[in-house]
Amino acid sequence: MSTRTSGTRFFVVALLVSLLVAGVASYYASAHPDGLEHVAEQTGFIDSAEDSATADSPLADYQTSGIDDARLSGGVAGVIGVLVMLLLSTGLFWLIRRREPADSRD
Amino acid sequence: MHVPDGFLDAPTSVATGVVAAAAIAVSLRAARRELDDRAAPMAGLVATFVFAAQMINFPVGAGTSGHLMGGALAAVLVGPWTAVLCLSVVLLVQGLLMADGGITALGTNITLIGIVTVAVGWAVFALLRRVLPQRLSVVAPAAAAGAFLSVPVAALVFTGLFAVGGNAPVDLGAVAVTMLGWHTLIGIGEAVVTGLVVASVVATRPDLVHGARPLTAERELVTREVEVA
Repeated sequence: MSTRTSGTRFFVVALLVSLLVAGVASYYASAHPDGLEHVAEQTGFIDSAEDSATADSPLADYQTSGIDDARLSGGVAGVIGVLVMLLLSTGLFWLIRRREPADSRD
Repeated sequence: MHVPDGFLDAPTSVATGVVAAAAIAVSLRAARRELDDRAAPMAGLVATFVFAAQMINFPVGAGTSGHLMGGALAAVLVGPWTAVLCLSVVLLVQGLLMADGGITALGTNITLIGIVTVAVGWAVFALLRRVLPQRLSVVAPAAAAGAFLSVPVAALVFTGLFAVGGNAPVDLGAVAVTMLGWHTLIGIGEAVVTGLVVASVVATRPDLVHGARPLTAERELVTREVEVA
């Protein structure tokens, strides 16, 4: 706690972790249905699920269409997702941030 | 817990859509108080990390998996109003780009994952912060507790929505019991991930943790007192 990590370093490390999680580690994620899907199968309402309108999107189900290798296909989709998220969310928060210096009430 | 299209009927989906839109509108105004020049990039980073972390499904037994929802995590790191916006952007990108979570179900998913988990996670965290000793070391455990509880509560809210507008005639008691059971297990994973991530940020940059703010402001003073003694 004595040495403070610089803002840039913190930012770069956190972004790198996100890229590695989405681009590499995601390949090793469990492929089992999640809690809701499992319950829907168990209790019998899974068939009421419909395909999303975006089911034909080039990145649908975290796979990149046109890339056959599953590891690469998922990795590329994850990295694109992370970059889109970073641009969109940072842009949004930068736009709506408080412009005047922080007041002491918070 | 991403709800696909079709599980809930149109009126219920419209209703959750209205709830989600209202919450986003309120959050856009209220988040301004949480976001300054330093917090804004942090909030973007938190939303991005939650997106990445949600790709990691962990097994919870019997052929079932779960993943981080991140509502409590985001609320503790960047504040509850900003957290609602973080999760909304995550769910929007997932629904539009990855076909993860339905489009007509987007309001439902924002309500469950973006509002309920943030509200429960933050409420539990804030309560614990009030009753526990005022030390930085309680921030991560308090966040983990909020994270743990947020998952089964979201599962119960889904069950409530399903009771009102479920498209399939199934035994609601069985849905409630199994949803609660599995999501209590998934909540343990949510707590572990949230606790570890919050602890890491508290250890490196406590000043960037919204939920630690009063403590980080007092810390310099406390350090000085110790040195004098």
